[in-house]
Amino acid sequence: MSVRAIDSPSSSALSGRLGLERTLTLVARLREVGIVMVLLAVVAIVTIQAPLFFSVSNFEQILLNVSLIAIVAVGQTTVVLTRNVDLSVGSVVGLVAFATGDLLKEHSLGVAGAIAVGCLLGVGLGAFNGLLVAVAKVPAIVATLGTLYVYRGLDFLIAGGKQVSAIDLPRDYLGIASSTVLGVPTLIIAAALIALAAAYLLRNSGAGRQLYAIGSNPAAAEVVGIPTQRLIFGAFVVCGLCAGIAGVLWGSRFGSVNALAASGLELQVIAAVVVGGVNIFGGSGTVVGAVLGAVLLATIENALRILHLSEFWLLAIDGAIILLAVGTDAAIRGYFQRILVRTGRR
Amino acid sequence: MSETSPILQLTGISKRFGAVQALLDVDLGLLAGEVHALVGENGAGKSTLVKILAGIHRPDAGEMTLNGRELVLSGPAAARQLGIAVIHQHPNLFPDLTVAENVFVGRLPRNRVRGVDWSELNRTAERLFQNLGVKQSVSVPVRGLSVADQQLVEIAKALSLDARVLVMDEPTASLSSHEVERLFTIIRQLRSRGVAILFVDHRMEEVFEIADRLSVLRDGRHVITALISELTPADAIRHMVGRRLETLFPKEPATIGEVALEVRGLTRAGVFSDASFEVRRGEILGLAGLVGAGRTEIARVLFGIDKADAGEVLVAGKHVDIKSPRDAMRLGIVYVPEDRHEQGLVLDFSIAANVSLPIVQKLSRFLVVDRAQEERLADEYSKQLQVRSTGVEQAASALSGGNQQKVVIAKWLATEPTVLLLDEPTQGVDIGAKAEVHRIISQLAGQGMAIVLISSELPEVLGMADRIVVLHEGRIAAEFGRDDASQERIMAAATGHVDA
Repeated sequence: MSVRAIDSPSSSALSGRLGLERTLTLVARLREVGIVMVLLAVVAIVTIQAPLFFSVSNFEQILLNVSLIAIVAVGQTTVVLTRNVDLSVGSVVGLVAFATGDLLKEHSLGVAGAIAVGCLLGVGLGAFNGLLVAVAKVPAIVATLGTLYVYRGLDFLIAGGKQVSAIDLPRDYLGIASSTVLGVPTLIIAAALIALAAAYLLRNSGAGRQLYAIGSNPAAAEVVGIPTQRLIFGAFVVCGLCAGIAGVLWGSRFGSVNALAASGLELQVIAAVVVGGVNIFGGSGTVVGAVLGAVLLATIENALRILHLSEFWLLAIDGAIILLAVGTDAAIRGYFQRILVRTGRR
Repeated sequence: MSETSPILQLTGISKRFGAVQALLDVDLGLLAGEVHALVGENGAGKSTLVKILAGIHRPDAGEMTLNGRELVLSGPAAARQLGIAVIHQHPNLFPDLTVAENVFVGRLPRNRVRGVDWSELNRTAERLFQNLGVKQSVSVPVRGLSVADQQLVEIAKALSLDARVLVMDEPTASLSSHEVERLFTIIRQLRSRGVAILFVDHRMEEVFEIADRLSVLRDGRHVITALISELTPADAIRHMVGRRLETLFPKEPATIGEVALEVRGLTRAGVFSDASFEVRRGEILGLAGLVGAGRTEIARVLFGIDKADAGEVLVAGKHVDIKSPRDAMRLGIVYVPEDRHEQGLVLDFSIAANVSLPIVQKLSRFLVVDRAQEERLADEYSKQLQVRSTGVEQAASALSGGNQQKVVIAKWLATEPTVLLLDEPTQGVDIGAKAEVHRIISQLAGQGMAIVLISSELPEVLGMADRIVVLHEGRIAAEFGRDDASQERIMAAATGHVDA
């Protein structure tokens, strides 16, 4: 007995809606453009204040700092698109980093072997999250909060207060982070390749499309026969793999690993994803946006250090950016919702 | 029922939602101390009227008076304050609060230190239930109470607000017969205290048992108000049906082939039971019945969204076990759901992405969706169904209702189904698009598809279906061939009033 209002398409209303349609697409793109503009503005302002900031080596430094976070953010985006979240990524990175370092220290498997084991460990930890969320139906925020502590606990168990230092690690391994290809650090290239591959697959693969559909309209996804459970599980596995990759590279980048490595990384990653325009309620957003979000936050952090501002300002500005990003999103969405209502779509 | 002036009087009430005229020039008067039944088909405007009385919608035109004074409802709170209580079909209570808290929510008695006066609260609530003649512990949480008990909580709330007008929207829909009796006892008791009760229902036996007067709505218009003693159930049904449908595209003759889908004794506990029917290739089977009769629920089971508790399903003569929508799709069964926005479309996606969604894996080569093929496919079906758009890359959200519905159908045609389950395919689409959807359905049947058409619009069912199965409260009440079906006979079966 429900009576829903549906418009009849008069030609003027139709053309009005088409204009609106273009605007909506533009807004979606605008997000990435917007971040780039803010980024350029930050660079310009800081360069005026501290010319030292504007140098190839400093930018390289920023991107090096970003690369590992960006890799984790790729996985996190995959999960967030399905209306879930993975809070355990910091612990996964830490656990994988220590386990890999430990293996390398004992020289039993060789560098390639240790890296492979590290990545597999990441996959396994992600799969466990996936089981909890997709099969046992524990809400992701609770399930991964639990594994955040569990995985970190395992890390402490293995580490037992020790740490793996640079002298314990093989030179080939340490060389990964410091090597360059055509003058560009390998780490940055690795992160860029992972991000581009993920961006392409999320946009163009069948599974990628289905992930967006699940986040955008779960009921419709169910009705078209999308294997929702399997795909959400898969998203957590991908997230675990990404965190695992970041974990195996951790020791190479920082030279030493202890049981506290990558603590709190999950919040930086989620901040990047949200600032990058990935809807925390799933269904929209891109990997490119998330990576740009990470770059923006890292650039600001670097800038504040160069300007010798205190830690307080760093945190305050990070917080302000997150609120600004989310606030803008909500405002834009609300604005267009109102227009759509007025043109009588619903 | 003497000629007293009504306590609540509606005059010339109209309400429009976009293209749909939900109510037009409706007059209705409620007397103190009467049970006034309001009946009508699905979509006749009953719910809209209830929502106007509840202060949820505002009428576009017309006026309301309460005790002779003009009544303007600015919102649900205003309606309650003025003594109009509405009890919705599904009670809106706070499951984790106690019965007593729910009755007095927002106006809990306070003690001297401004805390909640629990003993006073429970005492008052207990007194209310005693007045109703019901034993109900008031300190238990509402979660876990039956729907019938939750309704009583709503009624107690209405009494505590000293409501003079009580509107009940299909209150018996999910009650057992014993619970219905208890409810009727309470309704009679309220009537004797002078409360005016508007009883919205479509079960004829109940209406004729409890009501003093009856009003009929049809297509948003008031048809008749009469004393129950002046009418028979058959008269009431005759007034309810007879909706006009301006343009109708009747089914074209098609060769009826072998049985595509057969259902034997299908049961889902508490929803429908012992449903048996078959549909052949080239045939359109109409599933008629009132909202909640179990039509959509049967379709959901056949499509693997919900599970059956008993019964068997045969596809092309073979027993099948449908566990998920994917199983159903593999067997060639697809379902176009009732609610396009909730279940049918991903509005953020383009037409092409929506059309290819069920088969996106098949369209992929080495993980990557073949865009060219996808567009070709979407284009082909959009053309076949005449989807009006700027192209298949247009977002689904930018289409009109009728065109969205065509995209939903196109999506399923791309899977090349043999059985098409259509749930209210023309609900909320404008008249022109309706005729087009009918033409498409007829065409698909002509191509040898077996079609199950769920529709609340009787002329649509009568015009399109070769055979019609009528459901009443989860059971098949009647089956008609195309030639011996009529609006009256279908409605009589759907309202549980099976005449000779």
